Amino acid sequence: MSYSPKIGVWLCECGGNIGDVVDTQKVMDEIKNQVQFVKRERYLCSKPSIDTIKEIIKNEKLERIVLACCTPKMHRETFLKNVIEEGINPAFLEIVNVREQCSWVHKKDPEGATLKSLDLIKGAISRIKESKELHTKQMHVTQEVLVIGGGVAGITTSLRLSEYGLKVHLIEKSPSIGGHMIQYPKVFPTLDCSQCILTPKMASIAQSSNINLKTYSEVKEVTGSPGNFNVKIWVKPRGVDVEKCIGCGECSRVCPVEAPSEYDERIGKRKAAYIPFPQSVPSVYTIDFDNCVRCGLCAANCPREAIDLNDEGKIEELNVGAIVLATGFELFDLTNLVNYGYGRYPNVITSLEMERILDVNGPTGSQLIVPKTGRQVKSVVYVLCAGSRDTEVGQPYCSRVCCLYSMKQAQLLRDRGVDVWINYIDIRSPGRRYEEFYRLTQEKGVNFVKGKVTEIEPNGEQVLVRSEEMMLNKMMENVVDLVVLSPPIISSEDTAKLSEMLKVPIDEDKFVLEKHPKLDPVATKRDGVFAAGAVIGPKDIQSTTAEAEGAAMKVVNFLGMARIIEANKAYLARNELCDGCGKCKKICPESAITIVEDKPVFNEITCSGCGACIPECPQNALDQEGLTDIQIQTQIKGILNDTKAPLKIIAFVEKEVVYTAIDLAGLARLSYASSIRIIPMPSLARIKLEHILYAFSYGADGVMMLEAPIHEGPYGNAHKISEERAEEYKWALEDYEIDSSRLWYSRVYVPDWRKLERIFNTFHEMVESEDPIEGNQRGKILKNLLKIKD
Amino acid sequence: MRLAYYPGCTLKTTAKSFDISTLESSKTLGIDLIEPERWNCCGTVHALSKDDVMHHLAPIRNLLRIEEMKKTGIVEESKVITVCAMCYNTLKRANLVFNSDSDKVKKINENMENESSVYNGSVQVEHLLETIKHQGWDNLRNKVKIPLKDLKVAPYYGCLLLRPRGLGIDNADKPSIMEDMIRALGAEPIDFAYKQKCCGSYHTVFMKERVADLSYKILNQAKIAGAEIIVTACPLCEFNLSHRQTEIIKNRSEFKEFPVIYFTQLIALALGLKEDSMVFGENKTDPRPLFKYKGFLKEI
Repeated sequence: MSYSPKIGVWLCECGGNIGDVVDTQKVMDEIKNQVQFVKRERYLCSKPSIDTIKEIIKNEKLERIVLACCTPKMHRETFLKNVIEEGINPAFLEIVNVREQCSWVHKKDPEGATLKSLDLIKGAISRIKESKELHTKQMHVTQEVLVIGGGVAGITTSLRLSEYGLKVHLIEKSPSIGGHMIQYPKVFPTLDCSQCILTPKMASIAQSSNINLKTYSEVKEVTGSPGNFNVKIWVKPRGVDVEKCIGCGECSRVCPVEAPSEYDERIGKRKAAYIPFPQSVPSVYTIDFDNCVRCGLCAANCPREAIDLNDEGKIEELNVGAIVLATGFELFDLTNLVNYGYGRYPNVITSLEMERILDVNGPTGSQLIVPKTGRQVKSVVYVLCAGSRDTEVGQPYCSRVCCLYSMKQAQLLRDRGVDVWINYIDIRSPGRRYEEFYRLTQEKGVNFVKGKVTEIEPNGEQVLVRSEEMMLNKMMENVVDLVVLSPPIISSEDTAKLSEMLKVPIDEDKFVLEKHPKLDPVATKRDGVFAAGAVIGPKDIQSTTAEAEGAAMKVVNFLGMARIIEANKAYLARNELCDGCGKCKKICPESAITIVEDKPVFNEITCSGCGACIPECPQNALDQEGLTDIQIQTQIKGILNDTKAPLKIIAFVEKEVVYTAIDLAGLARLSYASSIRIIPMPSLARIKLEHILYAFSYGADGVMMLEAPIHEGPYGNAHKISEERAEEYKWALEDYEIDSSRLWYSRVYVPDWRKLERIFNTFHEMVESEDPIEGNQRGKILKNLLKIKD
Repeated sequence: MRLAYYPGCTLKTTAKSFDISTLESSKTLGIDLIEPERWNCCGTVHALSKDDVMHHLAPIRNLLRIEEMKKTGIVEESKVITVCAMCYNTLKRANLVFNSDSDKVKKINENMENESSVYNGSVQVEHLLETIKHQGWDNLRNKVKIPLKDLKVAPYYGCLLLRPRGLGIDNADKPSIMEDMIRALGAEPIDFAYKQKCCGSYHTVFMKERVADLSYKILNQAKIAGAEIIVTACPLCEFNLSHRQTEIIKNRSEFKEFPVIYFTQLIALALGLKEDSMVFGENKTDPRPLFKYKGFLKEI
């Protein structure tokens, strides 16, 4: 005879909450022969009761515990803590929800509630007999961080992490860090000198011994898993030895080639041997090999012999625990907005080009001129939403900073006596000190015109801007010297590439998707990968730095905690059956499975425990820790066997979102049929066809699958799969002469709890109206199932 | 390649030069355009009628003719080529409606009692520019006898060739098909602000001054951008841009006559066809002095 563990069962009356409806004495009588010990308590969660439990476990040498009481979401943690103290493994505690799922919802049907409680307890007893000890694991986490992008977000995160004492690798694709912020002469709303506040931070990066700064470098490949990523960095051919270069600039002085300066938005020029701007960090020159003519003058004149014109770049490898994406933004290509004539007329420029013109060290030498023609600028029109909030040609979203930076530029222009008009659709200036900034801009005499600019056309050496003036209800024609367009802020192509490399999903708008848009805004959907700044949407510097600080904290938290791996993973249970077909790998919504030597290997960190892979295996080779097929089967059997209930419905429910909704229905004392017997599941993608067939063969009259909405809850990525499977299962049921309408599938949101009453009752009535399933038909299914097993 | 050709009314009356240059240059490019024996108005004159079915009847009837031509083997493909922007738009829209709105199809068919068969919706409506594009710009380039070197040509699209989105022959915001054609002919396309602006259309009948104003803006912008000539694919655009120059000159003494021709005339010129294939004499604004100055036409 197989080993039979000593089981103890406690029933809680919850004052009268349970006891007034469920006949606890009857339940006790029914199960006392099945287990070693049964007891009833008035309040199971009270301290004296818990002490009693502990004492009895000790005295009776109980090994497994079943508690029939309120929802496990209420007191499971308390009970668990106490039984663990008595040496009970967490796998050997089962909670049966007889309050929210029985007494509260079946008040009008005490007999049904009693039968149902009994069945659920029987199910838990059967199941716990098949449970095996579970142990959580801890994982080594590499205490190094990769920060991608050297703008203000990447700089802030890197500094904070280095201060904390973590080793940081900061990767920047251009020759210097500083990002877009270093291009702005002033920043709103304080009109601070942007370079004055950013340059010291850049210098700290260079000086920090914890920061390994890699400029002119790109991420090429990322493998490994959260906590232990392997990263390949492509250090682009720079032609200059970063260690030797002292930044004297001799190479640049002798370089005969000129190319457009990226820092000056291609308005000004730089040499092919160059430093982007004087305060560059690192203060090291770069040879631009796209434009270099390889004359060798630079190499000949370098006092440090730091130049190598045959530099081919190199690959460097890193091992990091966490990654922060801070790749910022780009601007939408305005030549797509034909009616504004960008790229066609010299006096139509972008706001970023205007930033450079307004810089005292800018390409026009602080003169207010049209860069291409050199003509003095005395009047300027700003075109806001030049592509933003445009569902046809541009981007549908608001770029968020354009109103404010245009006002900033307008103020700077007004200070120099220039006439300024700002054409807007809506001025959006929420944020601390922003509305005040708007008012100040008005006070400085900037003209605000409510109306979208329809077209811009050349008018001699000036341009004519045609727009609506909605306040005056007329069309407006404005002839000015310069037009500044505010292009949409868009996600960069590099971000798209990285997101693929890092398996971090991006949203429709191409910006990185947050783990939760409200409650977890700087974490991505992938563990160990965080994001800050404009890579998760257009935003100002203030919000960017706030996010950068937040991302640093998230990294510290992630690396600081010993990572606990829950014992709920899928695993290869029957190695000999696996033929390496790879279907499990393909279906896995978390990409946690790799095939090594024709066998699946499960990444324990990425596996969410959704169980979607298990039904997918054609060889039936997979199983799940803490939720084995045999546990599910025996639980179903335990619930249905020998029950006196006239109608039995097994409802598999997703255990976070849907289970909570069911609890809420209980709390609201909704009333539904007592035939519904609930079995929680991580995701309904865990359900195999055989589980449904077992339910019917053991006596179920109907089976429900209540799934959470896609992407909600910890197993959200699997919720799509179950829907497709349920469709297949319906067809399969017909093969066993079970009407497909006896399998119900629907999705339930937490706020849907009120709907549950109707869903349960509708299905109950539907099943009730059908002819009962014959006993020999159930037998046939069971025989078939057992044959499959052999 | 034998393809059905729908000329439309204007090409048989005021825009004969468009018709002739289309047929002649297509022939040289290996496209034999065959006119249906019987055709009617494309339907555009009903465009403003409140009844949405009415202006679909005429184009569907025309498409039915094309299906018949395909059936009897007169043409190789169930396709109709047209050059007039208005006809193109009307035929294509009716075809789209026919293939997507079953309620309308029912109503349209109820009004076809005079026809011996019912339209199947098989005909593909194509603009000649698309046909040439599908042949490949290199094909056109290779057939050029007189490369139009240094000729600065402003392509004027107008409205119906590009809009509504999904119906037009090219990207409605950033078209390039005419530019590509101009380049293939060896000339230089000139980008200008008004290439997609409205020419004033039928207002030319009762509001001559308004249309003259619009035409002036288009012509002037092309001139500012450096163009020497405008090409268009719409008889009404051509009419407005050239005939309204009379009023423009009356009001603005500085304005000099500016040549406006059909794109097919430019193709015919580059292909080295005889002058009676281009019929420049039919144009209100005579481009011949320019072409002679450039050396594309012999001095008489």
